[in-house]
Amino acid sequence: MRPPQTSDVTVAEPAPAGVNRHTVGARWKRSLRRHWQLYLLVIPPLAYFFIFKYVPMSYLVIAFKQYNVVDGTWGSPWVGWQNFESFFRNPAFWTLIKNTFILSGYAVLASFPLPIILALMLNEVRHRFFRKTVQMVTYAPYFISTVVIVSMIILMLAPRLGIVNKTFGLFGIAAPDLLGNPDYFRHIYVWSDVWQTTGYAAVIYLAALSAVDPGLYESAKVDGASRIRRIWHVDIPGILPVAMIILILSVGNIMAIGFEKVYLLQNPLNLAQSEIIATYVYKTGLLNADFSLATAIGLFNSVINVILLVLVNAVAKRLSGSGLW
Amino acid sequence: MVTTLRTRRDTQDDAVPSAVAQQPRRIKESPVDRVFLIAVYILLAVALIIVIAPLLYILSSSLSSPAAVSSGQVYLWPVDFSTAGYQALLGNQQIISGYVNSLIYAIAGTLISTTLTIMIAYPLSRKEFMGRNVIMALVLFTMLFQGGLIPLYMVVQNLGMLDTRWSMVLPQAVAVWQVIIARTYFRTAIPDELAEAAEIDGCGDLRFLWSVVLPLAKPMVAVIALMYGIFQWNAYFDALIYLKSPDLYPLQLVLRNVLILNTQTTGVTDVALQMERERMADLLKYSLIVVASIPVLLIYPFVARYFTKGVMIGAIKG
Repeated sequence: MRPPQTSDVTVAEPAPAGVNRHTVGARWKRSLRRHWQLYLLVIPPLAYFFIFKYVPMSYLVIAFKQYNVVDGTWGSPWVGWQNFESFFRNPAFWTLIKNTFILSGYAVLASFPLPIILALMLNEVRHRFFRKTVQMVTYAPYFISTVVIVSMIILMLAPRLGIVNKTFGLFGIAAPDLLGNPDYFRHIYVWSDVWQTTGYAAVIYLAALSAVDPGLYESAKVDGASRIRRIWHVDIPGILPVAMIILILSVGNIMAIGFEKVYLLQNPLNLAQSEIIATYVYKTGLLNADFSLATAIGLFNSVINVILLVLVNAVAKRLSGSGLW
Repeated sequence: MVTTLRTRRDTQDDAVPSAVAQQPRRIKESPVDRVFLIAVYILLAVALIIVIAPLLYILSSSLSSPAAVSSGQVYLWPVDFSTAGYQALLGNQQIISGYVNSLIYAIAGTLISTTLTIMIAYPLSRKEFMGRNVIMALVLFTMLFQGGLIPLYMVVQNLGMLDTRWSMVLPQAVAVWQVIIARTYFRTAIPDELAEAAEIDGCGDLRFLWSVVLPLAKPMVAVIALMYGIFQWNAYFDALIYLKSPDLYPLQLVLRNVLILNTQTTGVTDVALQMERERMADLLKYSLIVVASIPVLLIYPFVARYFTKGVMIGAIKG
């Protein structure tokens, strides 16, 4: 907290209520005196943000150093851009970039329209029980842990006893080894994600749909608009701003694709397509203990991500007039 | 939850009990609309089946006999109903300790996270709180940019929290979007006049928060706490990077070792027991999945009930 500035004390001190001529400093003083308890309250959470969010940012300097435990963060020798250069020259560099972009681009494309369609369909349903059931059930997988989801995938796609392979077998087709072939990795990742999150994502659109002015439906009905036309001309414009925000956020987060599920789904056979930047950072940094290189890769990733978010936001603002900021 | 979504168009339909009775009141539906609506119902039913089938398969497998599972006879219904898998889990030290650890982390983590979230969200919702825009900007910035894996790891290391229970509950304690939801709720649900009246009556901010605001905000606090609880219960990544001692492992990490890495190293030297384990291994996996997901699936309807509102407020106004 900034200490209150001492200016215009003469005006501020008597502080008659309602007088609007208070300077910034005097208002600070008044607020601190009257509401010191609020300022006390924010100290622990601010300490949290400082220690666990801002101090790590200062440790990013090791991306430009050759970190070693003996000299510590600040004492280790500077090496300039060397860590970045060695990452760019790494033969794996383009594969990592490509894998990361394709996997998350595919995930965004597949998981953006389906929740909208689900919400629009649910919105047409009149049977309260049916609607409630579909909503509750499709929402549930969101709360299942990543470890469990991946375990389910592995069990169900297992070459010998997995239910998918058995089902193939019923039709006399020899099922491919879905987990062992890198070409299937992306589909497995993306569609299991769709299975898990569509119901959850639809909730936001349903909320937006419930805010649409009922008068619009009535007048559309009177004008003889069919259901499809009502959806097209009333529902879709109604949810467009929310859809825009969600699209911006997901495109803007393309480089920040979740480490957890990819790492769990990885196996030596599918690495060619499943190794992404986040898993590579983990392996370089914590398994190979090359802190500096891993930090440099992570920083490169975050910077690209921020640039993307700003760009996407600017484009969205220009096209639709609504952005994040 | 449903009330918010339903109020608009259903009221007119629900008010009239039978579909026949309401016919005269509305414009007649065209055949195209009928077909469209039927298609919608069919598609939703398909969606329902797609979501339920895998869950049912797992549940059925977990309730089948070891032989039926390891020979692949189970589809969507239990074969040779048995609870052998669950009984085996009860005897597994590793899993019991994982369960206990996860409970500890979930409870402690929820307490810490919820408290910290309210402590920052409430002042940020008050107009009298100077500098709230700066603080909010600092908080929001961490959504956009973070130090990343290694720097955070170094902070945890420097604090001496590696391989302690603290590393499970502190580094990810506050989620920014929870702060946004809480702040928006405080702003919209607590009128400014109430705070002013309390101030005039000589009620301090802390007492006001404790005895007026929090009781009014109970539903929101409940949702935030439940969400933190579920996330804590489901988390494995922090445990993977910060914990070394197996006796501190939360259930999810134990699960990952058993289910995904297939390493069941409980130090079993008894050969007969080991053989039995092998035979049980497949069944055990299904039972484990169920046991690990049950607490979350029990809690989730309560979250769902209020969550719509929370998400809506957060999404639209945040």
